[in-house]
Amino acid sequence: MFSIIRSIWLTSLHMFRKRATIEYPEHKAPLHPRYRGRIVLTRDPDGMERCVGCYLCAAACPVDCIALQATEDENHRRYPEFFRINFSRCIFCGYCEEACPTYAIQLIPDFEISEYDRQNLVYEKQDLLISGEGKYPGYNYYKVAGLDAGVKNKGEGDNEEPPIDIHSLLP
Amino acid sequence: MNETLTYILTIVGELFSLLTLAALLIWVERRMLALWQDRLGPNRAGPFGLFIVVADTLKLFFKEDWIPPFSEKAVFVIAPAILVITVLLSFTIIPFAPGILITDFNIGILFFLAMSSLGVYSIVLGGWASNNKYSLLGALRGASQMISYEVFMGLSLMGVVMLSGSFSLRDIVEAQRNHWFILLQPVGFVIFFIAGIAETHRLPFDIPEAESELVAGFHSEYSSMKFGMFFIGEYLGITLISAMVTTLFLGGWLGPEFLPPICWFALKTFAFILFFILLRASLPRPRYDQLMGYGWKVLLPVTLLNLLVTGAVVLLLKN
Amino acid sequence: MNLLFSISSVIAIVSTLMVITRKHPVHALLYLIVSFLAIAVVIYQLGAPFIAILELIIYAGAIMVLFIFTMMLLNLGKETIDQERKWLQPQTWTGPVLLSLILLVELIYLLSKSSSQEHAITGMDTKIVAQTLFGPYLILVELAALLLTAGIVGAAHIGQHKRRVSHRFLEEYNE
Repeated sequence: MFSIIRSIWLTSLHMFRKRATIEYPEHKAPLHPRYRGRIVLTRDPDGMERCVGCYLCAAACPVDCIALQATEDENHRRYPEFFRINFSRCIFCGYCEEACPTYAIQLIPDFEISEYDRQNLVYEKQDLLISGEGKYPGYNYYKVAGLDAGVKNKGEGDNEEPPIDIHSLLP
Repeated sequence: MNETLTYILTIVGELFSLLTLAALLIWVERRMLALWQDRLGPNRAGPFGLFIVVADTLKLFFKEDWIPPFSEKAVFVIAPAILVITVLLSFTIIPFAPGILITDFNIGILFFLAMSSLGVYSIVLGGWASNNKYSLLGALRGASQMISYEVFMGLSLMGVVMLSGSFSLRDIVEAQRNHWFILLQPVGFVIFFIAGIAETHRLPFDIPEAESELVAGFHSEYSSMKFGMFFIGEYLGITLISAMVTTLFLGGWLGPEFLPPICWFALKTFAFILFFILLRASLPRPRYDQLMGYGWKVLLPVTLLNLLVTGAVVLLLKN
Repeated sequence: MNLLFSISSVIAIVSTLMVITRKHPVHALLYLIVSFLAIAVVIYQLGAPFIAILELIIYAGAIMVLFIFTMMLLNLGKETIDQERKWLQPQTWTGPVLLSLILLVELIYLLSKSSSQEHAITGMDTKIVAQTLFGPYLILVELAALLLTAGIVGAAHIGQHKRRVSHRFLEEYNE
């Protein structure tokens, strides 16, 4: 009996507490930088696409919402011909971000992607691609890749020794 | 002629204000629940979210009025009406203010008890006619709960009747001029209130509905305005019990002079409605057998004891 | 007053007839409830409001709910209706009908005889009912109370259930 009255009293005291509600369109909840929201494709510091079309994100995706087709440009630099994410299927698990070897695909703290038409939730490459570098500024995959794809010549990358002259006999 | 006109006006005004109040309680309940749960509640539509009442009513009206093909159609349709009719009929005996009173029934309290016992049918028949296991279980629980709590409800009122010497609610209010009956009958008050919660199957005792076990209990199959009738009936029931508590134990319209009597009545009733909502916010639902055991093993002896003591004291004071 | 009286008595008679003729037990019970309501109005008209309300509270409000309660648990369906039809042979109902016809004739005879003298309707207030019950008929009330107590004790005895131990490990806790 006493506990019942006590719980009624304690509940009534909640009248004077601070509200937990955030009134959404006017006030927004502060999101953490690692919040998993809308997926974007980022660019290199020099403005080129980071994505190399390795299909790892599509393979990692548990709901198969990523579709892409890789191709190569004249410098043998791989890039996706199309890159399509169906956000009506996406569960924002972030596996694609973990799978990506080039930090190209990233989840950003933005969740406001509602649409009236379901078809509009299928994002193409031009919708996904942003002009910035996302969470990893200054990172350029081809600078550390050891591959000459028009970014740097062989042996000029970071932590990379110049190529060995295989015709010389010197050690 | 003039008297008849005022009489009709009283009836129409009371009906109108009660239905409006019942609809407004949708908003009140949701806002107050939010208040006690650190939330804000509906505050978008209109000032303070008041238009949620309109929106909710419109929504109920425009939903599909589905009568399940496997149901007993006639009974299914009648059941929600019984609830609203019985509750509204009970309001006829409540004296809101000295002049605002539909009938001064000389057996007012008994009429209230009769109407609340007839209200059981809406649950029983609604649950049975739905032809659904959950509804049937809800109806069974509702019937047994309401029948048993009616006993304590009636018995707890008898103390008040003894003190005032009348079944008429107006006489009972008049008898409270010196001191309210809550001071003389605290046990009766508490028991009447608990039984009232069980009668309206409100939240600590909403075992007929028990959404965690029975989907929605006896009104699982109801939709649209038929569900709306149950909904409004429940809010009217809350208002009725609050009004009865006010009249029987808190001196009805009596109060200091600076407010008109009707305001005192409304204030007290509204305080009790808020207390109903507070109970919903704070207490968990007991198990079915716990509820019945509590009723028969705790409330019944206490009520009888209260009756005995009250009778003895009244006799002593008379001699 | 007279008109109200006749209307409610007609309702009572019609609904009672419907109780007998309905095949579905729950529908029959609903008509029985209507009949009780009508009878309550009749009693009220006759000047006994207390008894009228008691009719509502006890018969219509509590006992009929229990009846419906049982009906709901019995799960009566099409087969029971067929079974009832099979049981309802002329040889089963002619005897009771004849006997009750004799009673009806007696009743009509009595009513036609007594209608000559006007009965003044005296209001039976709650106070008068209470004074009669607890005055001259006190012993009857006490006897009824004893009977009810016996009923409650019996029900409690039947309803008593032994604690069943679901597992031998739990036995110690329960003893």
